[in-house]
Amino acid sequence: MSPNSRENSVGTVSAEQILIDKPLTLACGVVLPSHELMVETYGTLNADKSNGILICHALSGSHHAAGHYEGDEKPGWWNNYIGPGKPMDTNRFFIVSLNNIGSCFGSTGPTSINPETGEVWGANFPSLRARDWVESQKLLMEHLGIDCWAAVIGGSLGGMQAMRWALEHPDKLANSIVIASSMKLSAQNIAFNEIARRAIKSDPDFHDGNYVQHNTAPKHGLALARMIGHVTYLSDELMGQKFGRELRSGTFSQGEVTPIEFQIESYLNYQGDKFSSGFDANSYILITKMLDYFDLSREYHNDSVAAFSHAKCNFLVVSFSSDWRFSPQRSREITDALIGAGKNVSYAEIDSDQGHDAFLLPNVRYEQVLGNYLSRVADQLQDASEGAAE
Amino acid sequence: MNQDISFINSWIKTNSRVLDLGCGDGTLLAALTKELNISGYGLEIDPESINQCVAKGVNVIEQDLNNSLQNFPDNSFDTVIMTQALQAMRYPHLVLDEMLRIGSQCVITFPNFGHWRARAYLTLRGRMPVTKQLAYQWYDTPNIHFFTYSDFEALCRERNITVLRKQFIAEQIPDRQLKNLWPNLFAQTAVYHLSK
Repeated sequence: MSPNSRENSVGTVSAEQILIDKPLTLACGVVLPSHELMVETYGTLNADKSNGILICHALSGSHHAAGHYEGDEKPGWWNNYIGPGKPMDTNRFFIVSLNNIGSCFGSTGPTSINPETGEVWGANFPSLRARDWVESQKLLMEHLGIDCWAAVIGGSLGGMQAMRWALEHPDKLANSIVIASSMKLSAQNIAFNEIARRAIKSDPDFHDGNYVQHNTAPKHGLALARMIGHVTYLSDELMGQKFGRELRSGTFSQGEVTPIEFQIESYLNYQGDKFSSGFDANSYILITKMLDYFDLSREYHNDSVAAFSHAKCNFLVVSFSSDWRFSPQRSREITDALIGAGKNVSYAEIDSDQGHDAFLLPNVRYEQVLGNYLSRVADQLQDASEGAAE
Repeated sequence: MNQDISFINSWIKTNSRVLDLGCGDGTLLAALTKELNISGYGLEIDPESINQCVAKGVNVIEQDLNNSLQNFPDNSFDTVIMTQALQAMRYPHLVLDEMLRIGSQCVITFPNFGHWRARAYLTLRGRMPVTKQLAYQWYDTPNIHFFTYSDFEALCRERNITVLRKQFIAEQIPDRQLKNLWPNLFAQTAVYHLSK
C-alpha cells in the first residue's frame, strides 16, 4: 500500500449490486435475460448528468477502483488516479466503476447460477467479447440515467472497451482515453494467454471447468497462470532493480546444504497464491480469450482508419516506454489510425520502467497528461452548464 | 523567441489539415484552429510542451522528428509547418523531403545565419555568434546546422522545390527597411511557403 493512499482519497466506499433487468444479447448469440453488476461510484452526478466517467477494468480488475472498504486498508486498484484533486477528480466528475460480466467479484459470471439449469454456470458461461462488456455498460448507463459519458477510460483490456465504445455508441461519449492498449493482440500476446490457460486446465482440480461442483478449485494452475502473466506485466529492468539476485533464504557458501530461494521466486509465488485465492479460474480463461478475440477493425475490412471514422469523440492515447506486453508501437498504431480518420487525438509516451503495470502506478508525467486532459474536459462541462444557466 | 508570423494565415486554407512539426506549446496550432478552423496536429517531444498542448486542447503527438515520419502517408496533410527547427534536425534536407511528401505544401521558418549581426560577431570577435535569436553557446546549442537565406535558396533549387512565397522578418533598424532589398544580410528570420 502506498504510504499516502489515504491522502486525497474518496474515503470509505461501498459497492452496490445493480440488477439490469433487460435482455442482453451477447456476440455469441446467447441472450442473458437479466444480469447483475457490482458497481461503485465516486463523486456527484451534476444536474445535467454530463460529468459521468466510466472506468473500464482489465483482465483481473473489479468494481473497487478507489477508496477503502470499512475495516479494510487496501485501496481500490486505480486509487492513485481517482480522488479529490487527482486526475480523475471526484470533486468535478461522477465516476462509475463496475465489475463486468464474466468476472468474479459479484457480477453475473461463471460462479453465478445459470437460471435455466439452477446450477453454477462454471465452464458453460457463454463466450464473451469486449463488445458484450460495452453493451452491458450501456445498459448500466441507461439505468443510471446518463445520456453521454464525459469520458470512457481504461487501460489494457479497458482501453479496448474505451475504443469499442467510440465505434459502437459514438454519440454516447465525449472522450475516449485509451491507456497501454492495442487494437488487437499480437501472436506473442495470445501465446502467453494460452500458456496461462493451459496451466489452469492442467491442474487436476480443474475438472473441465466444473470444479465448483467438485467442491474444489484449480488454485495451483491459476497461480501458475498469474505468475506467467505477472512476469509479462513487469519489465526486465524493474525486476532487476526490485529483486536482482537477492536471496530470500539459503546461502551459496561452500558446505551449506540449505535450500536456496531467490527473492523473485518468493515474490512470484506469493503473487500467484494471493491471486488464485481471490480469482475464478473460469473467469480467467473467459477473459483472456476475450482479449485474444478482440480486433477493433475486423468488421471494417481490417482497416483501422475506416473503423475510427465512425467515432465522434476526442481521444487521448497513452503508452509506457518499458511496456512490452502492450508496447508503445501498438499505441502509435491507434494514434496514426485516429489521425488518418481525422479525429482529435493526443498521444503521450510516458517514460517508465514499470512495464505494463505502469498504468496503475504513480508517475508524475502520466498524472500531468491525464490531469491536464481531464481538467480541460471538466472546464468545458462547467462552461456549458453555466452557459445553459444564463 | 516567438515571432509574429500571423501573415501565414493567408497561406493556409480554411478547414484544411495541418501538421506542425515541433509544435512547442501549441500556440500556432491553437491560433490557426481559431481563425481558420483547421484540423491540426502537432508533433513534439518535450514533456512540458506536450502538457501545455493537452491543457489547451491542441492535438499533440509525442514523436521525435529525427526518427522516421513514415507513419504519415503521402499527401495526408494540406500543409506541413516547421517553425525555427530545421537547423536543429539531424538531416534537414531529408526532413524537407518528408515534409513535401506528407503535405501538398509546406511552411518553413528558420533563422538566417547570414544576418549581418551574426557575421559581424564572428568576424570581429572571432567567436560563434550568441544573439537574441541564437541565444546558445556553441557547445550546448540544439542548432546543429548553420545555414543562410542563400544556402536555403540553393537547396530548394537543387531539389526542385517550388517557392510559392517568402517573407522576411527583421525587427531592428536598419534591418526592417533593408530586409527585402538584401535578405541574406538583413533578414533575421526567413519564412517560406513551398510546394513540390
